[in-house]
Amino acid sequence: MSEHVDSVRTYAAVWLILLALTAITTAVAFVDLGAFSVVVALAIAVVKMLLVALFFMHVRHSTQLTKLVVVGGLLWLSILLTFTLADVWTRGLIGTPGR
Amino acid sequence: MITAAAHERETYLNASYGIKSWLLTKDHKRIALLYLFTITLFFFIGGAFATLIRIELLTPQGGLVSSETYNKLFTMHGVTMIFFFLIPSIPATLGNFFLPMMIGARDLAFPRINLLSWYLLVIGGLFALFAMLAGGVDTGWTFYTPYSTTYSNTWVIATAIGIFVAGFSSILTGLNFVVTVHRMRAPGMTWFRMPLFVWSNYATALIQILGTPVLAVTILLVFCERVFHIGIFDPALGGDPVLFQHLFWFYSHPAVYIMVLPGMGVISEVISVYSRKPVFGYSFVAFSSVAIAVLGFLVWGHHLFVSTQSVYAGMVFSFLSYFVAIPSAIKVFNWTATLYKGSISFATPMLYAFGFIGLFTIGGLTGLFVASLGIDVHVTDTYFVIAHFHYIMVGGTIMAYLAGLHYWWPKITGRMYPELWARLSALVIFLGFNLTFFPQFILGYLGMPRRYHTYPDEFQVLHVLSTAGASVLAVGYLMPMVYFIWSLRYGQMAGANPWGATGLEWQTASPPPVHNFDEMPVVTHEAYDYTTVLGEVEVG
Amino acid sequence: MANHAEAQAETLALREQFDTAEQQKDASTLGMWVFLITEIMFFGGLFLAYTVYRDIYFPVFALASSSLNAVIGAVNTAVLLCSSFTMVLAVRASQVGQRNALIIFLILTLILGVAFLGVKAYEWNEKFQEHHVPGPTFHLEGTGQQGEAQLFFSLYFAMTGLHALHMVIGCGILTWLLIQSWKGKFTPEYMTPVDIAGLYWHFVDIIWIFLFPLLYLIDRHLGK
Repeated sequence: MSEHVDSVRTYAAVWLILLALTAITTAVAFVDLGAFSVVVALAIAVVKMLLVALFFMHVRHSTQLTKLVVVGGLLWLSILLTFTLADVWTRGLIGTPGR
Repeated sequence: MITAAAHERETYLNASYGIKSWLLTKDHKRIALLYLFTITLFFFIGGAFATLIRIELLTPQGGLVSSETYNKLFTMHGVTMIFFFLIPSIPATLGNFFLPMMIGARDLAFPRINLLSWYLLVIGGLFALFAMLAGGVDTGWTFYTPYSTTYSNTWVIATAIGIFVAGFSSILTGLNFVVTVHRMRAPGMTWFRMPLFVWSNYATALIQILGTPVLAVTILLVFCERVFHIGIFDPALGGDPVLFQHLFWFYSHPAVYIMVLPGMGVISEVISVYSRKPVFGYSFVAFSSVAIAVLGFLVWGHHLFVSTQSVYAGMVFSFLSYFVAIPSAIKVFNWTATLYKGSISFATPMLYAFGFIGLFTIGGLTGLFVASLGIDVHVTDTYFVIAHFHYIMVGGTIMAYLAGLHYWWPKITGRMYPELWARLSALVIFLGFNLTFFPQFILGYLGMPRRYHTYPDEFQVLHVLSTAGASVLAVGYLMPMVYFIWSLRYGQMAGANPWGATGLEWQTASPPPVHNFDEMPVVTHEAYDYTTVLGEVEVG
Repeated sequence: MANHAEAQAETLALREQFDTAEQQKDASTLGMWVFLITEIMFFGGLFLAYTVYRDIYFPVFALASSSLNAVIGAVNTAVLLCSSFTMVLAVRASQVGQRNALIIFLILTLILGVAFLGVKAYEWNEKFQEHHVPGPTFHLEGTGQQGEAQLFFSLYFAMTGLHALHMVIGCGILTWLLIQSWKGKFTPEYMTPVDIAGLYWHFVDIIWIFLFPLLYLIDRHLGK
């Protein structure tokens, strides 16, 4: 939006944080965190996504409608994932009739 | 020619001439007519496949076509009817034409993207047509793997491309509608003053945006598996065919709401006009459209009840499937309440609306049958399911589409259709439809499987009844083709508002000028406010 | 003056379906955001397939993942993040009317984007050399589950391929923007195309932000 012109400094700070997070996520991958590895990796990725969305894509300055659209999209992706995983993860949990 | 008496007045039809002025138009009204022509063509192609299917099913041994050919017939019937007729139908024709007018806009937000949408449908259709003419595709419209990815020797790739491209047509239309409704409403046109037809198309657009991309990527994966042999769904590599079904039905269930929601919007308009009453419970009907769109995304697993999907997930999907029936029921109750103490006119659109309410109710209630895990185990993949969805798609959507075409015909063309012939056609269609599809409920319940062209002798009577019905139905569909075209030259001239309807589209000439309104309207009253409209319903 | 109004209208490129420039900008921006939502769902199908198969075949996926070069992947991620930085600076330049800065930043973004694609091409070539491309010649050392290993690489090629296609389209859009910027088409009052192209570019970057750890960093501590 042309009303909000962020400073170069703000963008530079976000950029540097993004690079740092990339280095961190790469380094952490070589550490044995067990099942926690994927949680950490995804958490860092989510933080990076939020930084890009809020600052580079100006979502923090955007209208309610834009924010709703973003949330809606992510929500729908999560519906696809969770409902399908609800099937995959519970197969064999309750026996199949006849087996 | 079309607007003989109004040739002095410029309308969207005569403002420019020549094929380029149509093929390069940015006018949403002309694009709507381009779509009308295209989908009508596909309707009759799909209908031709249906005819062959019904003829084949006259005898228990089949014999007209081989099993392989029969597989192609029902596949191509489904693909054509769903992707190239029903999905575009109401939004791309009536929605394109009237959504901008109803909210007081000059056009959609992105007219060139609107034209692109039409071209994408045509291009997709050409790929699909090529596949049909080159030998056909036999996977079923559902393209289940690994048959579609590995074992079928038919034109899967060409059909997949066709559906992929047509999918983007649908996505772009949805995108256009959403942005238009949010950003192009005339002054005073608040959300809750919009006609319910706009609400329905808006909800439909949400589904198109959120669901169709998943179909697109799924079709893309099938394409890649066939062409590059990168097997995502190949069990030999550890791939999961049920994953395909999840991805496919994530779209294809909401797709049925893409097909029926706009029809419900038409019915809201028609019921109101021909009862001369505001729609009862306007906000409930408006919210129910959005509720259907949202809840429709949570139930796709009911197509996977017998697929080895986990029983736990099946129970969740079954429960939610009962839930999604509620907003549809709310609409039916509200329409009925609208009729109560209304000044009812039995014009053709109203006849189709009555047909819709009855037949959609039957279709919807039988949906509850199949939503039940216990019953579905018995009736899935039988003619019961076929009858269920044809009651909704044909008894529902196509009836609503015809209702809308008749209702808005005067506005689109400036001519009235011949009322007597139109009512007769509606009756023929209603009778033909029920004779075709009611026996199929019985057939399915008795165990007749779908996608089979041979069957035990005891089913023959029901199949013969069904085919007889199909012949009547075919006649019923041909009649409007004839009299609509006849009306273009010989139909009675229509005024701006022959039905005495509310709605901004009736405040401008029939046919409308290029920019819809001579002066941009400012809206000061609620939707369906009949005190603002003079005049009675003119029924010829 | 009529000329000034005409010139301004021309600069704004106000389309006839819109009443004001602000309405046009709002509609275009909303349109791009809605399009990005469709892209989330489009890629989402692939993410679903990935999630399901990684869950079922975790050890094979981890092994396959370790055959990718994590350092190259990380460097490429950094390249793309830098391109997002230059892109947002380009958008900012157009917001404040700095034509030269706009052009420079667009060029830098384009260079970084092409660099990313170059590295990707190198990586893909490596996979071809190592026989990690699904098909009759596929072989991944260290496992008996060759089929399941192919699933990983099918997803690898599908996801990075689709991402690369979006990058190519993005580079095309950037080129068009460069031409328009050179012609001086963008002003603080009318920079919508730059703005929404920026949204697209950042979105494609976000996809990669997820692809990198999911494809390259599955349980790295096991192997190297």
